[in-house]
Formats: sequence, structure tokens, C-alpha cells
Amino acid sequence: MTFTLPDLPYAYDALAPYMSKETLEYHHDKHHQAYVTNGNNLLKGTEFEGKPLEEVVKGSFGKNAPLFNNAAQHYNHIEFWKWMKPNGGGDKLPGRLEKKITEDLGGLEKFKTDFAAAGVGQFGSGWAWLSVSKDGKLEITKTPNGENPLVHGGTPLLGVDVWEHSYYIDYRNKRPDYLKAFVDHLINWDYVDELFSKV
Amino acid sequence: MSLLSRRHLMMAATGIVAAAAAPRLAFAQATTAAPTGPFTLPPLPYPVAALEPHIDAKTMEIHHGKHHQAYVSNLNSFAKDNPKLASMPVPEVLGNLGDVPEAIRTGVRNNLGGHANHTMFWEIMGPNGGKPAGEVLAAIDRDLGGMEKFQADFNAAGGRQFGSGWVFVTVSKDGKLAIETRPNQDNPMMDGKRALLGNDVWEHAYYLNYQNRRADYLKAWWNTVNWNKVGERYAAAKAGQLGV
Ligand SMILES: [Fe+2]
Ligand SMILES: [Fe+2]
Repeated sequence: MTFTLPDLPYAYDALAPYMSKETLEYHHDKHHQAYVTNGNNLLKGTEFEGKPLEEVVKGSFGKNAPLFNNAAQHYNHIEFWKWMKPNGGGDKLPGRLEKKITEDLGGLEKFKTDFAAAGVGQFGSGWAWLSVSKDGKLEITKTPNGENPLVHGGTPLLGVDVWEHSYYIDYRNKRPDYLKAFVDHLINWDYVDELFSKV
Repeated sequence: MSLLSRRHLMMAATGIVAAAAAPRLAFAQATTAAPTGPFTLPPLPYPVAALEPHIDAKTMEIHHGKHHQAYVSNLNSFAKDNPKLASMPVPEVLGNLGDVPEAIRTGVRNNLGGHANHTMFWEIMGPNGGKPAGEVLAAIDRDLGGMEKFQADFNAAGGRQFGSGWVFVTVSKDGKLAIETRPNQDNPMMDGKRALLGNDVWEHAYYLNYQNRRADYLKAWWNTVNWNKVGERYAAAKAGQLGV
């Protein structure tokens, strides 16, 4: 199996004004495509050729940095497109998920604040996450570059890309504004719930 | 602590990418009344448009006035409770991060590293920067295989730095040069070395003008290097008098 670039699950202008058409064109067609192209080149002749993506990500972590970087970013971006939708965000969460967020993270409002703060606090390129930890609890984390909760035994439910390429065209240096817009207007909670129900 | 806290909203965008890229949203900014010293933002030694078309004025304005300013403002917040931070020489602080109180160690690494890196960066660029000459050219020939190989290797190293970071030419006390990369705002001072010059490969350094095309930026950047200044820095490094 080789890596292939999935289509965006919505039109390029569907997330405007919170994420512009121009941003999605570069981010999907250029950045994500580069991870796919580089990943395929780096896969050749390794033990990971033909393995499922998650296995490549977990297996290459700490062992083959260039392959890991591209495979992990391929995984992260496939999910990232699905973690957003037009008219996303909001306060209406599927009941079971909301209950778990209240139990483990102190409620939806606190989650929103802490998740955005994790993204602001990630110095340099990386991601902020909501994931289910090994012991079954929800947690908010941040990781550098392509790293993700999979390599720490967790299951990602939601992630936000805080590489500058995600927001520089629309927000310039103002990462907090980008994160607020992501939380308030872009999160696809239905997809987060779908992942949660599979854990 | 917010790395991106601001006292001022960005001014209405102008410049070459403004039509396509003007921020479309205005959210309330967290307003932090940052103290105004002891760290200060060094003024750019040339106008913001001086490096066009290789680096556009809007990029310079945000990079210097917002990104670098944020590092300075954060340092001033740390210095309030840790006045020693501002009185010690920068190489001494960055070379001994283990001695910095743990509560602010990562913040100092990131923000003093960012302050030092950007101060060097503005200094080694400029219009009409001349050509490599004299001792520094001899060192490039001797240690880096000549200008052509040096530039190709430097660009390749900058391209390979995954995520945010810098590509440097480090200089040892006896004048030996080497190409090295560092992630984020780490600086060679953190392992007892010194930067002769460096290029910022954070996406903010080139995204408005080059977007995903970091390689094009790395190539064009050579047109902005102030070789007269690099020559001065090389002499200062050998004399043990290089600042940041
Ligand atoms: Fe990305
Ligand atoms: Fe920078």
C-alpha cells in the first residue's frame, strides 16, 4: 500500500472566513501532497512497505525520523480535514461524549480554553490534541512537528495543526485567534464522537 | 504566558499579498501590559522594504515588529522577577540554561534564543551587502568547500530542517566554520558554539511571499546577505568579541 492524497471532504471555500480557500489550497494540495510524495519515496525498500499507515507511524517513531515525519504528517492531515466542517464548533455535543469531557476535563467550556491554550503553548510547529490515553481517560496534549498521541499509546479524537502554514495567510502571527476560530466554528464534533465510540 | 500576546492589534494590512491575505476576522485580543524593559527590540538597520523583492516589506514588518517583539516582551515578563536575566551576557545565560530557575527555563530558552537569533538575523542582512572577501572567504574556501558548495549545502540543510528552526554557519574560537541546524529558537550558544550567520526557516519567515516553497526562499535569501557585516562578525569571533 502506498500513501495517496485524499480529497478534502468539503469544497475549498467551505470553511471561509475561518479558514480561507487559499489556505486550504496550499495546505492540502501542496503541504499534504508533499508528505505523501516524500513518504512514498522514503517507504521504498524499508520493512514498512505495504504496511497500514498507523503501523508505519508507530513503527518508524524514534527509528527512522524522515519516514516518521512524513508518515505521521500524512496521518495527521487525513484526520485534520475530517476534524473540521462548515458550521462546526458550537455547544451541542453527543451526550456520551459531553459526559466524558465533563468527567475527565471539567466540562466543555474548560475543554475549549485548555485545548486552545495547548495550541498556543506549543512552541514552534506542531499539534494540540484531545485523545484517549492508555488508561481510558481523555487528555489534552501538545506535540512538536509530526508527533501524535498514537506513538504514546493513545488514540487521537481531535487535533489541530499549529504549524504556521495552517494560519499564516489568514491570521499572520495571531495563533490565538486561529485557535479560537477553530474551536468555535470549525470542529466537527460528529466525527470526534464517531472516533470516541470506536475506542 | 501567551507567546503571542500583543499590546497592539495589527494595523490594516497593506502590501503585495494584502488583497488575498488580509486577516478577515477580528477577535478580542488578550491585552497584556508588558513592561517596557530591560530587554528592547533592536531597530531594523534598514527600511522594511530594503530587502525586496527577496523578502517583502509586509513580512519584515510582522517578523520584526510582531514575532521578534513577542520574544522581547516575554523576556521582560521573566525579568520582572529575575533581574539577573537581563544583567548577564546572553552567551552566558544561553550557555548555562541549567542554571536558570526551572520555572522559567524553557521560556528563557525559547525567548532569549529567539531574541538572540533574530538580532543576529537583522544584522547580517541588508541592501548592498557586498561580496564575501578576505579572511571569511578564505575560511569558506578552506572549511566549506568554496562558495558554491557552501551555498548548496546550506540550502539543503535548511530544507531538511523539519518544522520550525534555523540553519547556521557556526564559528569556533580559532575561526573554523561549520553548517549546523537547530530546531525552533535554539542557538549554537546553547552548546558553547557561536553563530557567524544564520537563516530563519520558520514558516513565518517566508510564507507570505513563498508559501510552501522553502527552497525558493533559501535560494533567494543569499541576495540579502550583508557580507561586510559577516566579515566583521568573523573578525570579532576570532577576537572573542562577538556579541550575539
Ligand atoms: Fe499542516
Ligand atoms: Fe523568525
